[in-house]
Amino acid sequence: MELTSTWYLVLAAILFAIGTVGLLVRRNPLVMFMCVELMLNAVNLTFVTFGAELNDIGGEISVFFVLVVAAAEVVVGLAIIVAIMRRRSGTTADDISVLRG
Amino acid sequence: MELVVFLIAGFFAILGAIGLIASRNPVHSALSLVMSLFAVAVLFLNQDAQFLAAVQVIVYAGAIVVLFLFVIMLLGVDESEDLSIEPIAGQRPVALLVGIGVLVLSVFFVAVSADGGATGAESLTAPKVDSITQSSTVSATEQLTDDVPGADDEQVDGAENDPNINQLGRALFTDYVFAFEVTALLLTIAVVGAVLLARKPKGELAPMPDIVVRSAHSPSSTSSNSPDGDGEVAPADDAAAASTEETA
Repeated sequence: MELTSTWYLVLAAILFAIGTVGLLVRRNPLVMFMCVELMLNAVNLTFVTFGAELNDIGGEISVFFVLVVAAAEVVVGLAIIVAIMRRRSGTTADDISVLRG
Repeated sequence: MELVVFLIAGFFAILGAIGLIASRNPVHSALSLVMSLFAVAVLFLNQDAQFLAAVQVIVYAGAIVVLFLFVIMLLGVDESEDLSIEPIAGQRPVALLVGIGVLVLSVFFVAVSADGGATGAESLTAPKVDSITQSSTVSATEQLTDDVPGADDEQVDGAENDPNINQLGRALFTDYVFAFEVTALLLTIAVVGAVLLARKPKGELAPMPDIVVRSAHSPSSTSSNSPDGDGEVAPADDAAAASTEETA
């Protein structure tokens, strides 16, 4: 059996789907964030696969920027979660709907 | 050999992903996420993206997951969550359905693009076969550096030992330098925002205390984490208070 890039793409799709299910099922905002990270990682795997396949460094550059955006997003998101949790500990994602902008 | 590495790493990636969404304790979830990220880093290595594999381990496993663990410990939310309660009726079957739908759709599009059929694009697997038959990364590297304008030969000769990172750096600081600068701006904004948000609110940050004070009108719901009723009562009180204020 030969390892083609289709294998990588299918694996990335599986990881993305698992992340989607986790994001929809779990109610702890921290775990939901981790699921978002997992989905971003699946997309990164797709980028690297296409970059290697098409002999283009642009795929890896894209992963670079996705990494940076993910890091910034995690920093801000965790700060929001800390600010909320400090007020009412044990908050789930359903309770945050009270906030109303 | 590459196939064996792929199978092992892919197995651990999926195992970590399932552990992430299935474990009750958030700490276990974070550690499962680390396993999945490591496996994806191995897959990056398998595709000659050495620099990204290192960055993946350093930034994701080293920084982001540690940040998650730090917040979990700081807030003390590492008790087990009761997963047997389903808060919204039918949430899990629908979520599973959506997940399967996403999976089927994306695999379908991969298959279509691999066949080169419906989109009319040329086959995506064909160049891969070519690059496999080239059998050495050096020739692929030379092919790549020929495409980069202004890359002189001495640089390419020096780059043979570590082609990937040189390619990446050259592209990042020539073609994508504007995006790189914008990235710096984004990180600065993120740091400022995080500091503002995570600071203890003393007077300046008025909006957060407002919500708690208003929901305190109903006697049972003063920050007591009452599971369901709180979310229903507080907005109604809020709207009523706002309307009375307006009429007054």
